[in-house]
Amino acid sequence: MFATAAVALLAVMAMALLRALAGPSLYDRILAINGLGTSTVLLIAVLGFVAGRPDFLDIALLYALINFIGTLAVLKFFRHGDLGHEGDEETL
Amino acid sequence: MSNVLDILSWAAIVGGSFFALVGGIGLLRLPDFFSRVHAVGIQDTLATGLIIFGLLLQTDEWLVAVKLGLVFIVVLFTGPTATHALARAALHAGFRPPLDSETKTSNN
Amino acid sequence: MRILAFLTSLVALWLLLSGFFTPLQLSFGAMSCAFTLWLTVRLGLLRHDYLRLRVSVRSPGYVVWLAWEIVKSNLHVARVILSPRMPLQRQVVRLHPTQRSGLGIAIYANSITLTPGTLTMDADDGVLEVHALTTPVADDLRSGEMDRRVTRLEGN
Repeated sequence: MFATAAVALLAVMAMALLRALAGPSLYDRILAINGLGTSTVLLIAVLGFVAGRPDFLDIALLYALINFIGTLAVLKFFRHGDLGHEGDEETL
Repeated sequence: MSNVLDILSWAAIVGGSFFALVGGIGLLRLPDFFSRVHAVGIQDTLATGLIIFGLLLQTDEWLVAVKLGLVFIVVLFTGPTATHALARAALHAGFRPPLDSETKTSNN
Repeated sequence: MRILAFLTSLVALWLLLSGFFTPLQLSFGAMSCAFTLWLTVRLGLLRHDYLRLRVSVRSPGYVVWLAWEIVKSNLHVARVILSPRMPLQRQVVRLHPTQRSGLGIAIYANSITLTPGTLTMDADDGVLEVHALTTPVADDLRSGEMDRRVTRLEGN
């Protein structure tokens, strides 16, 4: 059962990678990588149960948080070309 | 009793995998960026929810259950925020969603 | 007061996630909680009224209703994606939310995005620009039921 889910999630990740490679726009790629991250979180959780080591959940949790921050960081980088930009209420 | 739970857990995990696949297919098939966001929305909500629920039924330790719940909540809260930020950034960069029918304004 | 409440929830979260109670681990936990608290205060995140209890009193009912809506629209969008012709009726809906507070509008906009098939693209000057994949989900939104429920959630 866990193997079924793991294989399905791997297939989903392959599809997301295909979309990330195909583009066509930058935003398609970021969206695909964001979706890939969600699937990765689920895959880590499922693999934790496959291995009988639910400690994997800590990694899944961390990955979910990093996935979110990473998406925003990439967006900010391409918006301002600088991660240290203070941003402004109107345009961000 | 545990048999019923096992079957329920099976159904949830297989169903979640199915919806994750649907999201992946949508990501590949849908014709423009703003539509593809909806496909990722499926993965973030129902696919994640069902798989986490299925895993939840498999564990006896409450600590593991709490962590599974936390993973679900984090994905549920960050998913829409990230996709909204993406759509907004695309809109402000000059992307316009291709439409099949005209814009309507609702006054509720 | 707010700092104390925040610190308490931080410590509770750390204890929940770690599960270790040796003195060494506990001191690490105390250090990380203190560091997080310092960062949060430095960022000025505690100055605003982000958390209001009034919202959470009626939220369980709303969460159940929203979960059911999410399941329904998931099935709808899945059927659209899997059908061979992919009958899309992409459209943009402009909504005027009736919530008074920023938090209420944020809950409304996030609920819209969380429901597959609808996506909040922009929120400016009290107008939400929502991208809808098909006409049924757009009509659901136009009926304004979610808007009413979020406004009721907001209370007085």
